[in-house]
Amino acid sequence: MSFLKKSPWVLHYAATSCNGCDIELLACLTPLYDVERLGIVNTGNPKHADIFLVTGSVNEESRKVVENLYAQMPDPKVVVAIGACALSGGIFRDAYNVYGGIDQVLPVDVYVPGCAARPEAIIDGVVQALGILEERAKERKRQRRMVRA
Amino acid sequence: MSAYTWWLAIGFLVLGPLVGALLAGIDRILTARMQSRKGPPLLQPVYDVLKLLEKDTLVVTHLQSLYLWGFLFFMLISGFILFLGSDLLLSLFALTVSGIFLCLAAYSTNSPYSNIGSARELMLTMAYEPMLIMVALGFFLVSGSFRVSDIVQGSPWQVLQLGGILIGFLFVLTIKLRKSPFDLSASHHGHQELVKGITTDLSGTDLALVEIGHWYENVILLGWLYLFFAPWGLAVALPISIVLFFAEVLVDNTHARLTWSSALRVSWWVTVLFGVTNLLVLPLIGHSS
Repeated sequence: MSFLKKSPWVLHYAATSCNGCDIELLACLTPLYDVERLGIVNTGNPKHADIFLVTGSVNEESRKVVENLYAQMPDPKVVVAIGACALSGGIFRDAYNVYGGIDQVLPVDVYVPGCAARPEAIIDGVVQALGILEERAKERKRQRRMVRA
Repeated sequence: MSAYTWWLAIGFLVLGPLVGALLAGIDRILTARMQSRKGPPLLQPVYDVLKLLEKDTLVVTHLQSLYLWGFLFFMLISGFILFLGSDLLLSLFALTVSGIFLCLAAYSTNSPYSNIGSARELMLTMAYEPMLIMVALGFFLVSGSFRVSDIVQGSPWQVLQLGGILIGFLFVLTIKLRKSPFDLSASHHGHQELVKGITTDLSGTDLALVEIGHWYENVILLGWLYLFFAPWGLAVALPISIVLFFAEVLVDNTHARLTWSSALRVSWWVTVLFGVTNLLVLPLIGHSS
């Protein structure tokens, strides 16, 4: 079993979000939901993170930051898009300045719908991401063995 | 050095990380309970480190791993000397060298966050080092020896004779354990002005080394705390030192972070007020040597 499942550290970035989903996301850390009981820690540092949680519809300014943060995360890693805007652009979809969805700039693994996404849905999304993370870890281990051989 | 102390020293090398991880796990649960949360499982720090070993390590410069191994190596030396019952001063110097290696690792990575973090860490070293030397000096004046094996068999009154030094030591323990209000070089919590301070640019195996080093460090500091009460015997001294050790968690959760200048000022004031005063009055309240 991979220990990634027992200790997923998340990185949170608001890519042109209205902060609705961000508040719900941070609510997961409060005593009511307390995700630390699952070993989840909110790191402010991409180099320590395993799961990238992105909210918002992404514009040109935040695209650079999102790509930079993603590139700095060490493998294995997963991306979770949170909220209607992160999924498809939401109500901002037709605005000229947004990309309309995180998957326009990053490979997204889990989509969490909602406007704003509820804390329960976000936790469920992270838990689903753990399964993908474990598969990635196995794949990464295989790759390392191949490089050594 | 008897066979017993050799076993103790080897026990530190082998079981040190496990004890340190349990201390860290209890710390996290206590913190969570104080914030009316459930908190992570007891072995969460172990899971964290085992996970970090599974992750890729992003190497900024190869020097960083070298320095981190130095950090861990001198930490082991420091604890080995302490638990062998050997020279307390030598253990202290090894602990300091180990701290300097951590600063070097942070400096070598060139990130502005870790640079400021290690500058602050050096500042904190300046803040706690005088007090730590005074602890060793106090033990010497009371028991007539720097050897840990002699201090352990010292007079049962040494806690009272060294009361001021104990208070000063508990104060700098907060700095050594990186607890609030002195967590300004590397906080346990990511969201702060320095991201993660000295460990910002360390990932994967390198970060795991830092964690394991900290586990050893916590056991060493608990050992130092134990020395004050050691003449009373294991059954009394160990519970007292563990309770005092976890009192730091309460301090951590009830204080806001200080700036480096006030941290330095406050800790030197405490050092002078409690440490130096204690050393000055020590001849008056009598010592065994």
